Amino acid sequence: MKQVMMVHGSGGTQTAGLISAIFARHLSNPVLDRMEDAAVLKVGGSCVFSTDSFVVDPIRFPGGDIGKLAVCGTVNDLLCMGATPRWLSAGFILEEGLPFDILDEIVCSMNAACVEAGVIIAAADTKVIEGNGGLFLNTTGIGMLGRRRPIRADGGRPGDAVIVSGQLGDHHACILSHRLGIRNGIRSDCAVLLPLVDALRSRRITVHAMRDITRGGLATVLNELCLSSRVRCRLEEVSIPVSSEVDAFCRILGLDPLYMGNEGKLLLFVPDNQSAQALRALHATESGRHAVRVGTLLAPDPQNVNRTRVVLHTRLGGERPVDSLSGEGLPRIC
Amino acid sequence: MTMREIIEDFRHWDGPDIRIMEVCGTHTAAILQGGIRSLLPKSITLLSGPGCPVCITPAAYIDKAVELAMREDCRLYSFGDMLKVKGSVRSLADAKAEGAHVRFLYSPLDLLEIAEKDPGHLHVFAAVGFETTAPVYAMLVKKAQESGLRNLKILTALRTILPALELILDSGDPVDAFLAPGHVSAIIGSDAYRSLAQRYNRPFTVAGFSPDHILLAIRQLAHAVREGRHDVCNLYPGAVHQEGNRKAQALLENVFEPGPSVWRGIGIIPESGLFLRESFTAFDAGSRGLDSDPPANPACRCTDVILGRIHPASCPMFGTVCTPQEAQGPCMVSDEGSCGIWYRFRGEI
Amino acid sequence: MCVAVPGEILSVDGDVATVDFFGNRMRVSLGLVDAKIGDHVLVHAGCAIEVMRREQAEELLVLLAELDEVLAPEREGRVR
Ligand code: SF4
Repeated sequence: MKQVMMVHGSGGTQTAGLISAIFARHLSNPVLDRMEDAAVLKVGGSCVFSTDSFVVDPIRFPGGDIGKLAVCGTVNDLLCMGATPRWLSAGFILEEGLPFDILDEIVCSMNAACVEAGVIIAAADTKVIEGNGGLFLNTTGIGMLGRRRPIRADGGRPGDAVIVSGQLGDHHACILSHRLGIRNGIRSDCAVLLPLVDALRSRRITVHAMRDITRGGLATVLNELCLSSRVRCRLEEVSIPVSSEVDAFCRILGLDPLYMGNEGKLLLFVPDNQSAQALRALHATESGRHAVRVGTLLAPDPQNVNRTRVVLHTRLGGERPVDSLSGEGLPRIC
Repeated sequence: MTMREIIEDFRHWDGPDIRIMEVCGTHTAAILQGGIRSLLPKSITLLSGPGCPVCITPAAYIDKAVELAMREDCRLYSFGDMLKVKGSVRSLADAKAEGAHVRFLYSPLDLLEIAEKDPGHLHVFAAVGFETTAPVYAMLVKKAQESGLRNLKILTALRTILPALELILDSGDPVDAFLAPGHVSAIIGSDAYRSLAQRYNRPFTVAGFSPDHILLAIRQLAHAVREGRHDVCNLYPGAVHQEGNRKAQALLENVFEPGPSVWRGIGIIPESGLFLRESFTAFDAGSRGLDSDPPANPACRCTDVILGRIHPASCPMFGTVCTPQEAQGPCMVSDEGSCGIWYRFRGEI
Repeated sequence: MCVAVPGEILSVDGDVATVDFFGNRMRVSLGLVDAKIGDHVLVHAGCAIEVMRREQAEELLVLLAELDEVLAPEREGRVR
């Protein structure tokens, strides 16, 4: 079986061979195909610009792989700012020993995600390091705003409905299951959020703030948005969407789904009177079919501006503060 | 009677001040998750007891684990939440960042296969826990012995809960009732609390971990205190037998012997530790004598907090010098520690 | 202190069982219990620590409904 070796990073014939065999073949487009030192892009008006690196282990998992993840991650960040994603760059760091067919599969799925998101890889680079067959990936993206204004983190207002686009914790549980050898049918939710954002846009929903719920989970992302928007939030535990499989997985390991990472979930603040409409729009999409309103934004406490920003109203009718994730969110067994 | 009615009952609760200690860290976590405190009247206080293995593991133990992990020929394993606790200088997570081989596992039993596949290294499990986890380690050691594995050891910091409860009860009068740990009780049995209940006139209730079970148990204890009863009540009968799990008890007896051990922030408690017996010392990675436990900050009042004598907020460093980011004592380090919990609540609920 | 969850035994191979927790399957040691296929066991750190007794658990639900009963003194015998 052919595999990546140090010589593939030398910049010579073997590097060129690797590029043409895999990268150019899958990622081909008029900009990249010129094989120049830099891409020439026609950017008119305001654009948004974002970068993200991907180090997930395992590099292939049920529901996706690091290639798809790297496209979704950056594209989703651009989308959440209200932009239309257009161009990505991709920096590959390959460890020697990585089998060619796995790399091929990953680059292929990267391309599929690009097609779905309507972006092209305009620039790419590969390096090889010593190691154990691993792969790391950085993507940087540019999205166009056109005449739209960016959607900022500080746009949440008291009274807004808090909506999440689907069940929480799938990606995190999927990766952790693999590492701990727990067999289940949990698949990563890794997805391009374009259809969701398009659905909201076509129904003219006013989105006050929006973010993809990745690392740190809903708790962390919600706290960040509330902090920026200077609002408090009341969550309803009964409406937090979690599949029974992920819920059971969390119980086994003493984890809290509110803190688990996702790779294809939106958190959005919309005006209360558009909440039902927004949900209808999301429900019409494949990855938004479990979308649900989980809470409401509240005015800041005038007595105490430092008061906990997110409070969960529990099943039993109690209340508990929900902080950002601190530490790594490791399983606790004993 | 429904949950609604229980909650309603608490709303109009008329009774003396009652301090209930939830002994088990998983109860602590469930109480937090369920927002249970917000459903209780002001006169009922929940104190978090010493049942978080991570909080009570002394510095010398962590230091020893770090020392092993840093050895070229050694691989160290533990549960996830052990990784972040600091010894006198470093945590296992720090050691890992410096290149030590540290991995978290779901089950200690996975080590059998790992050690067999990699005979070139010594594989050590940092074996912390109470009576629930101890039989799992006992089984691990037994199996390792049966299959003649020589490159598998455990570094134990195993504790039994009853001596600690006795110490708390001897230390003054801080606790009126105990919410007994559900899964420890599955091993030791609900009868194990009878003698303490009778000698110290305190009610014990064994409970499961769903918020409604916990609330029910708290109600049960509150009524018992108000009415001056000190019975042992088992509200987790699906999992807990009166006599416990005999098979597990026999295995514990066979593999471990009790001995004095240090609880971080409390000090030495006689007969509260479990150590490998003579016939299994080949599997001990050096667990005895790890007693030194210099406080990170001598002004830390964790002992008083753990024993229920003072409220975390009464410590002058609470929330100022001492925060989860810059913890001055073990009670602030773990998410289950009393100070850490109160910090997160910020006295709101 | 100790996280443990009940799951159902799907198959047994020597003293190791495959246990299902709502779709999550794990290999679990049965060394501490006497259990068979179909039993629900309480699992902690990869080990079954007790066989769940359904009647007793259900009885508790009944007791939840008749809480005053539970609150009577020295009823442990009955609860069990
Ligand atoms: S607040 Fe910090 S210093 Fe004070 S008792 Fe708690 S852990 Fe120790």
